[in-house]
Amino acid sequence: MTVTSLKSSQGAGRAGDKIFSGATLAAGCLILAVLFGVALFLVVQAIPALTAPAAEIQGGEGFFAYIWPIVVGTLIAAAIALVIATPIAIGVALFISHFAPRQLASGLGYVIDLLAAIPSVVYGAWGAAFLAKEISPAYNWLADNMGWLPIFQGPASATGKTILTAGIVLSVMVLPIITSLSREIFLQTPKLHEEAALALGATRWEMIKMAVLPFARPGIISAIMLGLGRALGETMAVALVLSSGALTASLIQSGNQTIAAEIALNFPEASGLKVSTLIAAGLVLFVITLGVNMIARWIITRHKEFSGAN
Amino acid sequence: MSKRIDVKDLNVYYGNFLAVEDVSINIEAKSVTAFIGPSGCGKSTFLRTLNRMHEVLPGARVEGEVLLDGDNLYGPGVDPVTVRSQIGMVFQRPNPFPTMSIRDNVLAGVKLNNQKISKGEADALVERSLQGANLWNEVKDRLEKPGSGLSGGQQQRLCIARAIAVEPQVILMDEPCSALDPISTLAVEDLINELKDQYTVVIVTHNMQQAARVSDRTAFFNIAGTGKPGKLIEFADTTTIFNNPGQKATEDYVSGRFG
Repeated sequence: MTVTSLKSSQGAGRAGDKIFSGATLAAGCLILAVLFGVALFLVVQAIPALTAPAAEIQGGEGFFAYIWPIVVGTLIAAAIALVIATPIAIGVALFISHFAPRQLASGLGYVIDLLAAIPSVVYGAWGAAFLAKEISPAYNWLADNMGWLPIFQGPASATGKTILTAGIVLSVMVLPIITSLSREIFLQTPKLHEEAALALGATRWEMIKMAVLPFARPGIISAIMLGLGRALGETMAVALVLSSGALTASLIQSGNQTIAAEIALNFPEASGLKVSTLIAAGLVLFVITLGVNMIARWIITRHKEFSGAN
Repeated sequence: MSKRIDVKDLNVYYGNFLAVEDVSINIEAKSVTAFIGPSGCGKSTFLRTLNRMHEVLPGARVEGEVLLDGDNLYGPGVDPVTVRSQIGMVFQRPNPFPTMSIRDNVLAGVKLNNQKISKGEADALVERSLQGANLWNEVKDRLEKPGSGLSGGQQQRLCIARAIAVEPQVILMDEPCSALDPISTLAVEDLINELKDQYTVVIVTHNMQQAARVSDRTAFFNIAGTGKPGKLIEFADTTTIFNNPGQKATEDYVSGRFG
């Protein structure tokens, strides 16, 4: 009797387990399939541009000469965005999680989340119509006083539609992503570790340095990577804000271009080899994003032993 | 390197809720004092007021005085950060910093307030503190490994090493053995016996045998019912509390008739 009852345990629970594990497996496979499909599409469509004679590519000097300035432009814009947004985002997140009174914290968190809900075209319009105009006096000042730095070399753009303006607009766009994720991570810091630091005689800031930030480090890196993903791929805001042109070292002159904006601006009128060229540019962006994410993973796992997950 | 604590008429509130009522107690230097009592009687809350750790919870406040060798911890201008560097604390669950090595855990408190310490001094302090916590022989070959890789009992002794590295006057322990197995508990109890040569130790425990084993004086806290404040019922030598208590409630509790 006992033997049969041990063996005949096929209740609804078993079926539920199977359906659930099957569903999760399918979801996991689907992600891989979609990623692989996108990669395959990009490679196949890009091949004509990669193999075409140099003279037929836009600019007449081959695909590499065409792509590298906009790769650099993309990285510059994303770097500006992250350099501005990361410290502010971490500061705001810390303020919300550890310093602000509870009511202010929830209100502020809500406002920050709202920033993420604004469509990118609105940011682009704001950047082009308002920010660029307002910020151009500052560019003139930079050109006059810090023009010896190559990145602030004059003459500054009169319209203010520069890669720096685009980077600033991007920083506002990635700010809520980094802030929200960092805030969630900061709130998850174990009370035990915070109290351990305080009981040793740590001030609030020392407690944050000792317990909160080390605990949150992998999370902060992930948050920055998500922000970077948005900054690299952002199309509309850059297309509207940046008056694009050839690659220039100066951030306050018009010029430079990003991959995503380049594709968006040229795709509607492209045909034949031009389409392939733009898709190849998309492939390059895909590879950059992939590479950046792999580096981030590597940074996170390098310190796994000390992550607190063991 | 140890000071006495005198508490006068202390009330502890969470918001408007009176959690602990009217406690007066004198804790001798270089002794072990145990707080016992049923769950929720306020003994942990009271312990936390001795180094102002209760202030971590918003709305928590006290009325009355806590004197550390005559200096009121709640006097005007007293910084809780300074109070906590003088009165260390060991918690219920071992809480070494998971992102730090064993060595860095021991040095965590010493490096606060931008204090600089040479490598030689740091090495000596790490060894001295870990010796003081009876942990040195077990970890001396892996000081650079994470503290979270140790067993629960070792982690708790690491936390004690971290607390004594800053050379406090008093060490508070909030049920330090309740998450540990009997062997580790024994190791920590032995350590408490050694610590009282240099430090004033106050320990909260649920385990009456533990209080009987480690403490010189015992305070019994009780609560009249849910929602009522906790009170200090009796405070006397440990032998008196366990063998010849003055109060009926104490006798009922230590003999296992309730709680």
